[in-house]
Amino acid sequence: MSEPKKNIKMIQGNTACAEAAIAAGCTFFAGYPITPSTEIAEVLSYRLPMVGGNFIQMEDEIASMGAIIGASLGGAKAMTATSGPGFSLKQENLGFAAMAEIPCVVVNVQRGGPSTGLPTHVAQADVMQARWGTHGDHPIIALCPTSVSDTYRLTLRAFNLSEKYRTPVILLTDELIGHLTEKIELPEPGSIEIINRQKPTVSPEKYLPYESTASLVPPMANFGEGYRYHVTGLVHDETGFPTNDSDKAALMLARLNDKIEKNRDDIVEVEEIHIDYEMETLIIAYGSSARSANRAMITAREEGHKVGLLVLKTIWPFPEKEIQQAMRNAKKIIVPELNLGQIAHEVEWATNRRIPIIKLNRINGESIKPSEIHKVITQG
Amino acid sequence: MSFRYEIRLSGSGGQGLILVGKVLAEAAAIYEGLNATQSQSYGPEARGGASRSEVIISDGDIDYPKAENIDILLALTQEACDKYIADLNENGTLIVDSQLVTHVPEGNFRVIQIPIIQSASERLGKFIVANIIALGIIVKISNIVSLESVQHAIKARVPKGTEEINLKALAEGINLAEEWLNKNS
Amino acid sequence: MDYLQYLRKDKMPHIWCDGCGHGIILKSILRTIDTLGWEKDNIALISGIGCSGRTPGYVDFNTLHTTHGRAIAFATGLKLANPKLHVIVVTGDGDATAIGGNHFIHAARRNLDINVIVFNNRIYGMTGGQCSPTTPTLKKSTTTPYGNPDSAFDISRLAEAAGASYVARTTTFHVAKMDQYIKACFLKKGFSVVEAYSNCPTSYGKMNKETGRRGVDMLLYQKDNMVPIEKAKDMSDEELQGKLVTGVFVDRNIPDYTENYSIVKQNSKK
Repeated sequence: MSEPKKNIKMIQGNTACAEAAIAAGCTFFAGYPITPSTEIAEVLSYRLPMVGGNFIQMEDEIASMGAIIGASLGGAKAMTATSGPGFSLKQENLGFAAMAEIPCVVVNVQRGGPSTGLPTHVAQADVMQARWGTHGDHPIIALCPTSVSDTYRLTLRAFNLSEKYRTPVILLTDELIGHLTEKIELPEPGSIEIINRQKPTVSPEKYLPYESTASLVPPMANFGEGYRYHVTGLVHDETGFPTNDSDKAALMLARLNDKIEKNRDDIVEVEEIHIDYEMETLIIAYGSSARSANRAMITAREEGHKVGLLVLKTIWPFPEKEIQQAMRNAKKIIVPELNLGQIAHEVEWATNRRIPIIKLNRINGESIKPSEIHKVITQG
Repeated sequence: MSFRYEIRLSGSGGQGLILVGKVLAEAAAIYEGLNATQSQSYGPEARGGASRSEVIISDGDIDYPKAENIDILLALTQEACDKYIADLNENGTLIVDSQLVTHVPEGNFRVIQIPIIQSASERLGKFIVANIIALGIIVKISNIVSLESVQHAIKARVPKGTEEINLKALAEGINLAEEWLNKNS
Repeated sequence: MDYLQYLRKDKMPHIWCDGCGHGIILKSILRTIDTLGWEKDNIALISGIGCSGRTPGYVDFNTLHTTHGRAIAFATGLKLANPKLHVIVVTGDGDATAIGGNHFIHAARRNLDINVIVFNNRIYGMTGGQCSPTTPTLKKSTTTPYGNPDSAFDISRLAEAAGASYVARTTTFHVAKMDQYIKACFLKKGFSVVEAYSNCPTSYGKMNKETGRRGVDMLLYQKDNMVPIEKAKDMSDEELQGKLVTGVFVDRNIPDYTENYSIVKQNSKK
């Protein structure tokens, strides 16, 4: 037996998410119990009061999403967590957060769907909902962790990106990662990079809460800080008040979407494993399926197959540029995912179908086995 | 080349198999410096229904965290045994509760039949520690983690005030496994 | 007093119709704020969707115009994140008790320290006159052209039963009472509601003869049909048909959410 290190823990993905939220400075969580995300709420109901924060179990998912927006406007870093049907209910106010540019983090621990689906089983079938679940053209950031320590790291990143870009960020994890217990080395509190929203430096009379700044992200005043302004989900101008002027509407909506698209290089994160010019097969995977893909790749490489893996840690904005670069001279691409090809379709579009794209899909609540991916590498 | 050891603990919901998985994984990862993962599959019921908990232990990275090629399968119900036997390695070990699993599947694997739940009731007076007796059996049979590490992990995981009965149950499991090994060597 | 100091003059004219009662309620809110001497920086006024929902745009506070029915949910987060803010929710009958009904009763249940002013004109005005949860049975709207088959909610009794600290109801005719109730509401710790019957001549008045079609007719209708709650206690259901029962429904000192949560915080550190 070896002497255990204090900061090494065996915890679930959901616990890592909750602990990372605290480390990121989250002081407000509103939620509603739903499998398989509930442990995030449970851990935060225990931890937040200890650090002087607020945990509140709301009457429904819609209210939880509304409450975190209100809390963020009041100056708190705020989060909610949900799964399956609960994510559908978040969509209304998720759109509000995108439109009104309110930083917040929404965790979706994906389970089998559609509808109430397979509540206790893994799926990755909400990736398109994460992108387009709320109505209207809107910007969104979504991150997909592949492990418990990745969940911790990407939860921190979700808070940082939400504050930096004044936008809701979705942590799109899944049941397997959420309920997986594995080793994590928790970072020292002082070693964590924390980004806070930029505050206005001008006087209140000159403050434009939705100004078209060079960075595309206007500074944000919290309610109660002397900057009295108006926040609405209606199309608004730089002052924040509603407008029906089509030129102003175009300007505002362009900036809203550009602030994410034009900063996509900062936001997009991928991991390249064994990607080189010898590579004949490229696997593109994310979330828990990336672990199956990694095992399959290792086995196939030991047998002499030239295969590489691109893991998408940022799923939205979509890493099309990174995929185009990673393709190199590959002759085929395999996309294993726990849905009917939602991301494979994006890959087809990103690669212009120059080489065959093999979809490996499963929607029965089980994960994809490495042997199944291995078979497609060696035979498909 | 790193090793990868797969354990599947199966039975019905409420038998405490997820806790056993967490203790085993923690013993390996925290106290032995190995890597370990613990995952579970369960139905919507809090009690009853087929439930499984899986532990992978390795000295290398564990990418795929689900069991595919099982070294030890514990089955505490007939339903779980029938449902999960297919993934057992042909050199693996099947540990069953000899009273609840009456129909043991055919195969090349080693079969260990022990009245686990009865032992918990009769020898410790508490059937709810059957899970920890099963853990003791697995610790002895697998030799994958030291007894000391498991003892530490139990103390860290079980509810306060239940450490003693759980450590007794662990020792009982080790005894039962030793008895079985002596009879069958 | 100078109302203009609280208004965003450049946002005028407002969108409310001639004869609408909503401006009367807004003025009462502003008078009360002036009386209490609240700082504009410390006031957050939050609304949902509908005619009442446009109120925040006109007032010079921290203002938030949320999604339909959700104002109270947003207000919950804001109040807990910044307890020093005076959080006022303005909402309509449909906003508060149809699409937002769940938020309304649960905020009352947890006795969250916010002030809710319900502009109850008993119809969906902004979308052109559809029936709401407070449209009386067999009255007309554009979606109940032969009469409304539903029964109406009694918003004040709903709030009282759900656990609010303070609930009072008045009408846009009874302005002195409105000032008195809104002041008591604003000063009360816990979930406090003032329900104000408002008049919508454009939709409700047009379709339902008994109130008259003009704003002034509707105000007089309120005057003629108002029954104080004390008097209503001795009246039969038949006698109360069509009457507007007003007064203070509940005024009690019970722990609010923040008080209870401060105990939770203490317990977490033990």
